[in-house]
Amino acid sequence: MVSIDVWNASVDFPIFDAKSRSLKKAVLNKAGGKIGTDSKVPVIEALRDINISVAHGDRVGLVGHNGAGKSTLLRLLSGIYEPTRGHSRIVGKVAPVFDLGVGLDPEMNGIENIMIRGLFLGMTRKQMESRVDEIAEFTELGDYLSMPLRTYSTGMRVRLALGVVTSIDPEILLLDEGIGAVDASFLAKARDRLNDLVKRSGLLVFASHADEMLMELCTKAIWMDKGQVRMQGPIRDVLTAYKGRDPYEHMSKEGLERLGHGSPASAPAGESA
Amino acid sequence: MQVSSTLDEANPAAAHSSRTWSRAFQDIAQAARQRNLWGYLGWQDIKQGYRRSVIGPLWITISTGVMTLALGILFGGLFGNPLHEFLPYVAVGLICWTFISNCINEGAQVFIANEGLIKHLPAPVTTHVFRLVWRQTLFFAHNLLIYLIIFAIFPQPVDLSLLLVVPALALLIVNAGWASLLVGIISTRFRDIPPITGNIVQLLFYLTPIVWSYETLINSESAVVRERAVLAQLNPFMHFIEMVRRPMLGLETNPTNWLVVGAITVVGWAVALFMLRNYRARVSYWV
Repeated sequence: MVSIDVWNASVDFPIFDAKSRSLKKAVLNKAGGKIGTDSKVPVIEALRDINISVAHGDRVGLVGHNGAGKSTLLRLLSGIYEPTRGHSRIVGKVAPVFDLGVGLDPEMNGIENIMIRGLFLGMTRKQMESRVDEIAEFTELGDYLSMPLRTYSTGMRVRLALGVVTSIDPEILLLDEGIGAVDASFLAKARDRLNDLVKRSGLLVFASHADEMLMELCTKAIWMDKGQVRMQGPIRDVLTAYKGRDPYEHMSKEGLERLGHGSPASAPAGESA
Repeated sequence: MQVSSTLDEANPAAAHSSRTWSRAFQDIAQAARQRNLWGYLGWQDIKQGYRRSVIGPLWITISTGVMTLALGILFGGLFGNPLHEFLPYVAVGLICWTFISNCINEGAQVFIANEGLIKHLPAPVTTHVFRLVWRQTLFFAHNLLIYLIIFAIFPQPVDLSLLLVVPALALLIVNAGWASLLVGIISTRFRDIPPITGNIVQLLFYLTPIVWSYETLINSESAVVRERAVLAQLNPFMHFIEMVRRPMLGLETNPTNWLVVGAITVVGWAVALFMLRNYRARVSYWV
């Protein structure tokens, strides 16, 4: 069973300026004695006292203003950052999709990039080899796949990255916003794959500003504010509190249709955090 | 990406649970299991450097070959060593030295250079060390071609002790692991370290018997030269290179080399593991 548990976790970033990051200061301070707070590295408290428990089957949306700590929280949940105070436990294979471009190499061709991106997402070489054709078909890039990535347009890169990302079998899927920013004609096709991916995953945490996508993919939500959890609960309640209005009020018609016309996504059996 | 599952019974009260020996060893074990990833990346790194070039990675071999030839002829002449002995000597020394110096110099950048990956994809930090050491091992393999060519021209009196090359290279690679891990962690925190190690490595090239022969100096007629030569014994790099070089040139095995290297392996890994235990989780904060 996959799960993520975080207890009283804080993430503090030390900010080394050019001087304090060097040995000079450390050595000189040793020699000359401490000068007030100078010897201390300033710290940014990105996350404070986070308590989150996400279990198998949970679909959690992450909302909050820019700089509220959504991306840092995703990195904490993925295990990239281990809490500086408090504890975290991650059970399962994590597939983080924070940035479609990361791990792509402009000098390598499409196929090689598919391979590398897949390996980085925790797939084995064999698994990737068996999926390359299917990914190639989805991306509709054809012969371009044997060209170096630097010849691709931005849209083509997104297709490639999305093709790989949506082909994996993640146990824990962590999506950061921006994944939805694909050109409209391709989006319809990508959306189905994205939905399938989410269904295949054992656990989802999805940070986004797009209400519709959140309502479609998630059942619960966490509202982050100034590095702290402001509210946890069913997606509709949290969104209502966050936006100050019911998310269904301002939804487009097709959005409502996709969600089954206003019936709020039913909460899963477990307690709602 | 296989991510840490804290195996020590999730006890929320356990203090500093990320600084444990078990997490440090897990990091290495998980990285080792990801050989698909670092194996592929290591190969790509090599291919990458020579994309669009006609003979590709053979340039590695050619540049080391030219260096061997030039240094061998120059220093062989200066010290009065016969070429048929000295060229193979320089070749093996230079190949080993290239491996050692690259592992240290690139080790200093191993986390800094992978900032993007470290911040976006959870992976054991040692994955990047594996990739580096694997890439350098592939470089080494390319350079071995020079040894084979020179060997074909000037056959060496090798015997069964040539088999010692296998454990010798294994030890060399194992030591490259701790060295790049250790230098990598410290450099990520203190950004003055990479240029310092760069300078030290550069200097050590001249202090290590690569383009000069220890035996020539120790048997020198001048007492001053002999005295200096004894000091070379204190250079740990000499023992690494001698350990690999002697069997490859058919020279008698010197147990001292193996003892020194063995001791360095143990102490080096102990220190590197200690650093890994304490600062593994800090690397992603520091890059």
